[in-house]
Amino acid sequence: MTFKQKWNDAWDGFQAGKWNKEVNLRDFIQLNYTPYDGDDSFLAGPTQNTKDLWAQVMELTKQERAAGGVLDMDTKIVSTLTSHDAGYLDRAKETIVGVQTDKPFKRSLQPFGGIRIAEQACETNGYKVDPEISYIFREYRKTHNQGVFDVYTPEIRACRSAHIITGLPDGYGRGRIIGDYRRVALYGVDKLIEDKKNQLATSQTRMTSKVIQLREELSEQIRALGELKEMAAKYGCDISKPATNCQEAIQWLYFGYLGAVKEQNGAAMSLGRTSTFIDIYVERDLKNGVFTEEQVQEFIDHFIMKLRIVKFARTPDYNAIFAGDPTWVTESIGGVGVDGRHMVTKSSFRYLHTLSNLGTAPEPNMTVLWSTRLPNNFKAFCAKTSIETSSIQYENDDLMRVTHGDDYAIACCVSSMRVGKEMQFFGARANLAKCLLYAINGGVDEKTKKQVGPKYRPVVGDYLDYEDVKAKYVDMMSWLAKVYVNALNIIHYMHDKYAYERIQMALHDREVKRYFATGIAGLSVVTDSLSAIKYAKVKCIRDEDGVVVDYEVEGDFPKYGNDDDRADEIAAWLVETFMDMVRQHHTYRGGVPTTSILTITSNVVYGKATGSTPDGRKGGQPFAPGANPMHGRDSHGAISSLSSVAKLPFKDAQDGISNTFTVIPGALGKDDQVFAGDLDIESIKGEE
Amino acid sequence: MKGYIHSTESCGTVDGPGIRFVVFFQGCPMRCLYCHNPDTWQPHIGQQMSVDEILKMYESKSEFYKKGGITCTGGEPLLQIDFLTELFEACHQRHIHTCLDTSGITFHEDPKYLEKLDRLLKVTDLIMLDIKHIDPDEHQKLTSQPNENILKFAHYVDDFGVTLWIRHVVVPTITQNEQYLFQLGQFIGTLKNIKALDVLPYHTMGLPKYENLEMDYPLKGIQPLDKEDAIAAREVILKGMKDTLKKSH
Repeated sequence: MTFKQKWNDAWDGFQAGKWNKEVNLRDFIQLNYTPYDGDDSFLAGPTQNTKDLWAQVMELTKQERAAGGVLDMDTKIVSTLTSHDAGYLDRAKETIVGVQTDKPFKRSLQPFGGIRIAEQACETNGYKVDPEISYIFREYRKTHNQGVFDVYTPEIRACRSAHIITGLPDGYGRGRIIGDYRRVALYGVDKLIEDKKNQLATSQTRMTSKVIQLREELSEQIRALGELKEMAAKYGCDISKPATNCQEAIQWLYFGYLGAVKEQNGAAMSLGRTSTFIDIYVERDLKNGVFTEEQVQEFIDHFIMKLRIVKFARTPDYNAIFAGDPTWVTESIGGVGVDGRHMVTKSSFRYLHTLSNLGTAPEPNMTVLWSTRLPNNFKAFCAKTSIETSSIQYENDDLMRVTHGDDYAIACCVSSMRVGKEMQFFGARANLAKCLLYAINGGVDEKTKKQVGPKYRPVVGDYLDYEDVKAKYVDMMSWLAKVYVNALNIIHYMHDKYAYERIQMALHDREVKRYFATGIAGLSVVTDSLSAIKYAKVKCIRDEDGVVVDYEVEGDFPKYGNDDDRADEIAAWLVETFMDMVRQHHTYRGGVPTTSILTITSNVVYGKATGSTPDGRKGGQPFAPGANPMHGRDSHGAISSLSSVAKLPFKDAQDGISNTFTVIPGALGKDDQVFAGDLDIESIKGEE
Repeated sequence: MKGYIHSTESCGTVDGPGIRFVVFFQGCPMRCLYCHNPDTWQPHIGQQMSVDEILKMYESKSEFYKKGGITCTGGEPLLQIDFLTELFEACHQRHIHTCLDTSGITFHEDPKYLEKLDRLLKVTDLIMLDIKHIDPDEHQKLTSQPNENILKFAHYVDDFGVTLWIRHVVVPTITQNEQYLFQLGQFIGTLKNIKALDVLPYHTMGLPKYENLEMDYPLKGIQPLDKEDAIAAREVILKGMKDTLKKSH
């Protein structure tokens, strides 16, 4: 298709290309961005307005904490794009505006995922959902949660209760979808609506259920885009046309994102890859003298400030799984283009610089797409910022670029997807450590003693035999993969039906590649357990019912995290085997199966739900986070530990592998004040 | 040949330039009161490793060590000089940067020994010499050994042309002393190939090891040194160096 209006004044100074004729952000970026090789000396500090606004946010945060974690909740108005009037921190000082409800720190009511959870989120925080709303959603408007439970089998329910499958998004928003919010800025909403209308007009008309679903969704998307304009109008902005300068570009982009968080309380509501896009506008404005560096930094500071105060109504249970109140507003920065030019711009620095201007914060989750070919000055700046703030996440661009090209972003912590072209069905995790215990006990849960898994033959005798356990484990994992994928099929069908992400999907192409994400927990526990069984002797301790409830390890064994192939090969085998089992099943909407190893925070909860394991870990003790070795078992230093992680096959864990790395600053190298490095003997003589 | 190895560390960032693979040798004749690795004192125990085994561990991670290399420390690596030489020779064949962290205590002017030492020095890119105390009597008290041969060792390797880094731990009440620090600087000023001075503030991180080994901690009650004091100590040493350099003009 071509747009009716071919060129727009807002695009003056940009190099034309395919992006003028079709929605094509990558083309726009590649033709127009300016790589930056310099250092951080150009950066501007916070303005007085920025300081004042941030002080206000800190004060509200203090009040929120004093109020027990929630300052205010909406209990009457169901949050939609247009449900609330404009809200401000301090209108006169804000250069980027927009909050989720009519005032900051007031959490919105989002019952489409499940009314029960929405009610619980209110009640556990001392609020009560308006009875009329409850009535409507219980009597007239079915939710995602109800849809899922209508279909769940007894087996799935049992697995859920036993926590062998945990964290399923069956009562909350699945998240992990990144709208291409940049499209709002570059094209303006009218063009996007025109494009979507064309997509609807040219989609198939033979009404299979697939086509019906697509056409209904496209219509929803068009409606949502219209409402997005209304939402922006409440803030006095007309986003029907493209942004004309960098302040508008940031504002338009943020409106796109704001629309998403007004309608979805997703497990991760990530932003995408916006810094280099925004930089194109900044460069143009600086060149034309429209804004100064101080002003540009102020816009970015205010934008990031808004992202920091995104909040959702959640239950304490939810917060326990995710350790806090995370929103996973992940922003991907840097990386290298397929043409070999790095994609670091001055605005990549400006984004990271907000950690200094506003102070350190976990959100937005600033993620540097790391490549050995990033410019040295940027690497140094990242290192410095990491040391000062501990707030940067790093991901391997050299690895992911092969699959996703150079316009992908990270959703949540590690899920990579091409922005606007790929999305993900988030699938929580299967507890593979518990699965190993099921294999040993013939499907009997080691904690409840219930028959949860299939009644396969349990292990007999006092000592575990490696080949025997491994064979039983493969059978049990195969069963688990089936139940797990089936549960996810139900969940995503119902989420599409009852809690569709219409504004986020409006900022996607029509033909979207869907990743069907699964995840595993307990990688290092299983690896060390199998290694202990293979290389040491593991004795079973049974209870009065003959269920193995504890283990005694006799002798030493190779442990994952020491660059020891004997253990690391077990870990790689585990990932590959489970992934292949997932691949054997039908997935909803042709989803491409992937898996992740990333329980960054929920490792504590998973550990609590899992009995003692053959590696010597006692029942209830936490797992290691993500793909980390078990705490204290990596005894050969950081590089050996990281090398073990690096042996996990990315092709079988394409949804990402995470490793949480903590180090005291002193271990990163010497303090240069005490340690001279090269002594300049000549200058010492010269001082005489 | 196999060496007695206490342990290895894959991410050494404070034991020489760059990121380094660090090999801790087992066995040490010194009994420094502030030693934070008392578990490396006893010789002829621990795991026995061959040069190939060590290099295999190194090679699998060599990507990380492009600007670093291998550092042998301990314990006192020179107690196992034959094994150490074999390791460093193998490293040089593979163009791996070699660094020896030593106290120099095993040095003596015996021709046979010097022959061995020369062979090692040929394949040693950097020596980090840890001078515990400049004063002979105080050195004896601090380490149970005299420092005469240590200072001779410094001149010997310096004359040989090996690059030197000098390390010195500043301990309150023991080496935190203007006069001694100045003297140390004067001595360092006589070395031609010194490239760096490493002033390490005393810390108490070794304490749990003593508890595990059920040993008394000799410096009980002595507080870790502040960074500011370490910087000040460094200045005094540099003053001593300048003094020597001035005289040699």
